Amino acid sequence: MSQNRVAITGMGIMSSIGNSVEENLHALLNNKKGIAPIVNIETRHKNEIKVGEVLQTNAELSKILNLPEEHNYSRTALLGCIAAKQAVKQANIRDIEAFKTGLISSTSVGGMDLTEKHFQNYNAESRRLINSHHAVDSTEKIAELLGITDFTSTISTACSSAANAIMLGARLIKSGQLDRVIVGGTDGLAKFTINGFKTLMILSDTDCTPFDANRKGLNLGEAAAYLVLESDTVVKQENKTVLGYLAGYGNANDAFHQTASSENGEGAFLAMSKALKIAELNPIDINYINAHGTATPNNDLSEGKAIKRIYGDSVPDFSSTKAFTGHTLAAAGAIEAVYSILALQNDVMFPNLNFKTAIPELSMVPITEVTKKPLNYVLSNSFGFGGNCSTLIFSKGL
Amino acid sequence: MKPCYINSAVSISAQDTLNDSIFLEHILSFEGKLARAIHPNYKLFISPIASRRMATGVKMGVAAAKKALELAKLETPDAIITGTGIGCIEDSEKFLNAILDNDEQYLTPTSFIQSTHNTVGAQIALTLKCKGYNVTYVQGAASFESAILDAQLMLHENEANTILVGGTDELGKFLINDIILAEEAEEHPILTPFGEGAHFFTLSSLKQNNSFCVLKGLKIFNKATTETIQTKVEAFLKENHLIPEDIDAIILGKNGDAFDILYQSLQDSIFKYTPQLHYKHLCGEFFTASAFGFWAATIIIKQQYIPDVLKLNSIDKSGYKNVLLYNQLKGQQHSFTLLSSC
Repeated sequence: MSQNRVAITGMGIMSSIGNSVEENLHALLNNKKGIAPIVNIETRHKNEIKVGEVLQTNAELSKILNLPEEHNYSRTALLGCIAAKQAVKQANIRDIEAFKTGLISSTSVGGMDLTEKHFQNYNAESRRLINSHHAVDSTEKIAELLGITDFTSTISTACSSAANAIMLGARLIKSGQLDRVIVGGTDGLAKFTINGFKTLMILSDTDCTPFDANRKGLNLGEAAAYLVLESDTVVKQENKTVLGYLAGYGNANDAFHQTASSENGEGAFLAMSKALKIAELNPIDINYINAHGTATPNNDLSEGKAIKRIYGDSVPDFSSTKAFTGHTLAAAGAIEAVYSILALQNDVMFPNLNFKTAIPELSMVPITEVTKKPLNYVLSNSFGFGGNCSTLIFSKGL
Repeated sequence: MKPCYINSAVSISAQDTLNDSIFLEHILSFEGKLARAIHPNYKLFISPIASRRMATGVKMGVAAAKKALELAKLETPDAIITGTGIGCIEDSEKFLNAILDNDEQYLTPTSFIQSTHNTVGAQIALTLKCKGYNVTYVQGAASFESAILDAQLMLHENEANTILVGGTDELGKFLINDIILAEEAEEHPILTPFGEGAHFFTLSSLKQNNSFCVLKGLKIFNKATTETIQTKVEAFLKENHLIPEDIDAIILGKNGDAFDILYQSLQDSIFKYTPQLHYKHLCGEFFTASAFGFWAATIIIKQQYIPDVLKLNSIDKSGYKNVLLYNQLKGQQHSFTLLSSC
């Protein structure tokens, strides 16, 4: 691979623990979780589930974007637009097309929140909303908002989507195809996903407990996060502040089952190994792992085994932040990328909330309190349905 | 970018493109608004147990992928990269109807599990036990091109030697009717039927005995107008060290709607004396319909022959070395693809 470094110069985030990077950091440092009973969606499961919901209604989010009353923005698009705008603002980009700039977004259900409202009764309103169903729709709206007319793409690999968007962005910068790329993911909560995960019987009725022996399943969440990736040339020319670097990335397929992870975490093991190789690092160089850790019985055991295949009994400090935000599906890889950069910037590791007892097969104990430590490299995992496993490695900015 | 060699090309579409041994000779016409795919005997590709659970798109995708590997004599590719615009709409609709009909009760997970956009890529990986790089692109009408672009980048950067790339879209049963109603309400609606299909190709960084075509260049962009499109295509050709006169055929994604003026502006100017081709009247319009155009381009280069049914003008060339594709949907998700003989 060509040897261009990939700098991160801007970040934006909307999640259940905050509407900005600062709010998210504050919540992470003060154990303020965003898991609560569902408010914005009317579902008959409301008393059986807890979710990580962005509290603003669609109308409130639309106001932030100054949208006209009759628009066709799905919740996925609303969250995505706001987060992407923040990222571009932090990167202090004045003329977005002054360099070869692209946008790579990701989503799992796209505008399903709107589709499920008009699906069985076509009328004048559905005509206005119909195109919002497609996964590409939120990307188009973000591109429009940011003024990106050139390379635009969207990825959907279930819960590893945003990690793959970040990875493609990095590869396009490294190869010199792009100078700058806004990457990330967005997913609004929808009845569709709530019921889907419900039928799989992997939703917890309490706050989720990643890596705990008695974990009962995950809390769903909604979020959007975007990062601005820039080449060395742009950083130098524009005298940019670098928040961190993307040092490595790996993608592999578990090739085991449509939804379940293999017992030995093969896909996860391969993704982490590839990322370490690209970053030219030894496993021991990683100071902190932001695990996928969804708190489903299957994921945490499989991921834990994969980590142990790399580290044996010397597993680095690790935690899952899913107990703060819930599992935000396609956006998860991007919000955890933001958290990984925040960890590096502040030399701090975020707690794995609600942990009590180690999984007997693993004996792995995560970080359970806010812990200061000098950090040089943070590894972040994202795995999804379809065996899609991705790993990103971030390093400190200068 | 280094050239990417194409070693097999497979089409499952509303024409009998999988079985027809002669290139687009027996043309099927459509009644109504839908152009449903001609399905192969899936037993030849997928076990009956696995096949029962698969929706149309997944079956088409897995079958086309397996056929592409078989033709290229490739057992396991280093990477599997797919594109789909609408995703697994059949299973999404099934699950959505179950939610709405039964007020979120009595649901089973099967259709949800297979509703994610990456199901085709995942099922191919599972069938082949392929643990390599695996990504699914969902960029509307540039979904297939996004997959190709990723493959091109991987081969260029030596991240893989052989890659399976494809695009799949299925019509589904419900949302498509609303899409058609919404489209008919437009002033200049899409005039071709709506279609579906699966198109898979194997690519390699090195020329093989069975290589018959080269992917030279690809560009995806989000916006263009009749004022800018000509400059953009010239710049793209220049990057690939070509001028418009070097193009032996241009394949356009015309569908009859208002945005056909983008194609027309090229037909009337720099490609006025170039053989001009179209294909969506044969396969229908769908997000990865451009993969049908890509497939046709590879066969034109391989056979050095253009079936009349593809022709928009009567200009012929003595040989077809460089073929350019241009596609867009509603003035967005534009792509240029350049294929050449090798």
